[in-house]
Amino acid sequence: MTTAERVFFTFDPTGESHGLDAYRRRGGYEALVKAVRALQPADVAREVTTSGLRGRGGANFPVGQKWSLVDRTRGTVYLCCNADEGEPGTFKDRWILEHSPHQLIEGMLLAAYALGVRNAFVYIRGEFDLPLRRLRGALEEARAAGLVGERVLGTPFTCDIVVHRGAGAYVCGEESSLINSLEGRKGYPRNKPPFPAIRGLYQMPTVVNNVETLSSIPWIVASGGAAYAAIGSKSNPGSRLFGISGHVKRPGIYEHPTGYPMKSIIFDDAGGVLEGKALKAVIPGGSSTPVLTAAEVENVTLDADSLRQAGSMLGSGGVIVVAEGTCMVRLLQVLTRFYAHESCGQCTPCREGTGWMDDILVRILAGKGRRADLESLRSIPEGILGKTVCALGDAAAMPVMSFVRKFGDEFEYFVEHGRSRYDGRLEA
Amino acid sequence: MSDIRKKFDELRPAYPPGMDASLVLPLLHAAQEANGCVGEGDAAAIAACAGVPDIQVSEALTWYTMFRREPPGRHVVKVCRNISCSLRGAERVVEHLRKRLGVDVGGTSADGRFTLLTVECLASCGTAPAMQVGDTYHENLDEAGVDRVLDGLR
Repeated sequence: MTTAERVFFTFDPTGESHGLDAYRRRGGYEALVKAVRALQPADVAREVTTSGLRGRGGANFPVGQKWSLVDRTRGTVYLCCNADEGEPGTFKDRWILEHSPHQLIEGMLLAAYALGVRNAFVYIRGEFDLPLRRLRGALEEARAAGLVGERVLGTPFTCDIVVHRGAGAYVCGEESSLINSLEGRKGYPRNKPPFPAIRGLYQMPTVVNNVETLSSIPWIVASGGAAYAAIGSKSNPGSRLFGISGHVKRPGIYEHPTGYPMKSIIFDDAGGVLEGKALKAVIPGGSSTPVLTAAEVENVTLDADSLRQAGSMLGSGGVIVVAEGTCMVRLLQVLTRFYAHESCGQCTPCREGTGWMDDILVRILAGKGRRADLESLRSIPEGILGKTVCALGDAAAMPVMSFVRKFGDEFEYFVEHGRSRYDGRLEA
Repeated sequence: MSDIRKKFDELRPAYPPGMDASLVLPLLHAAQEANGCVGEGDAAAIAACAGVPDIQVSEALTWYTMFRREPPGRHVVKVCRNISCSLRGAERVVEHLRKRLGVDVGGTSADGRFTLLTVECLASCGTAPAMQVGDTYHENLDEAGVDRVLDGLR
């Protein structure tokens, strides 16, 4: 991709890139100046719609459409930035918060301007330390410079941003759960409809957008929605941050247009599989997305359509690479333990099902698996999928279904012999 | 109580009118930062300040994994055990910590210096395996790296 098409890696992230001066030197806040001085709020919303930008948190919903659902006749509109990054394998929002927090602030201000928002919130996961300090520092700088608060840049536009810490709950990354948490409750997801755009924070219309989503907006306003729509694949355009982790030589964050080949990010960007081992499997978009075998990723690209055709999802763009010789049974139990721990307890299929799946895998790992366990690992996720208030149930079901279907012989071996075919290996 | 009220008065102006209840999590964090855990008195004071039923604060206190009702050791060591860290040696890190600190996961060392916990994804997948000691992240760990971190603590 050309440098001009980059939305994030426009600077050397090792230096003092997070400060206001550095952000301004790379063109920061020029889009905000342009918007509040020369554009109507509807113009900003139209550029975002034209850009084809989709939600980068994992659900991939068109941002312009989400904004268009807001019922502005009902009074105060709120904006929440979802910085509760917790999908295993995903660490891109952290990169933005640490290296370019002003980019998020500018994106939030542009969204607030477009939506008529006076009060915006960043719901940031409670464990984050440096990202929190960087964001708070950037907000102080922005307030002092007249970019946030009363009369932004001397115009009638006024917008405050509150940083609100979560407290350790994966489900709070779900937008209605995030809203309940921001209201001081435990983070149970809400039934939808009504969607947050109709009834959200304190029952008022609320837009919840991910960190990377909002941070893409300054580029879109500066260069135009049409220019953004021309980057990457047609149906899901733009430039994104992909995180690659697991058994690769150079794990990290890489920026590419959507539609970039999966094999390129694994073998070129990330330097290939550790120890020169063969590729065994790839979880393409965070831990919830169905696993793909090495053969399945051969022609896949980092695009929502390509991954859907391959039977998986682009999700949050967190690519997890697994080398040949890894025990998929033990690896799956790492995930079932996680979902059982994080199920909020509201819906019976998820609360009970995640625990059952984990119990069964623990039993298999202890060498006490039964033939019937394999059947249960096929039927329990079917009983969760699509039967819960939020997507956590689906997120827990899909890894189990895909692991058992695609690596079924390993599960059968484990049950039959009481031990792993691969010596229980997780490291490459 | 007076400490909670003071903190409430300090934090409240940042939030729009009508959002007192939103102060529940910030006040729980503040109470825990001050005392290492959240006591029953603090929980009641938080409910009173935020204008919510006591049960709502109790629910939050017990539902969110970061809040504690018992004081931990001086240093809380949280090791990520999720997928990317597991693929890069999280189990070795946990095993090493168990041996070195002489505690099981969830326990506090006899001298009260360390509480060892495992946690879910810390968004350190690209720098795995990782752990958090207090607020600080330590990444790209191996056994020697863990030792260096622990040796540097009081």
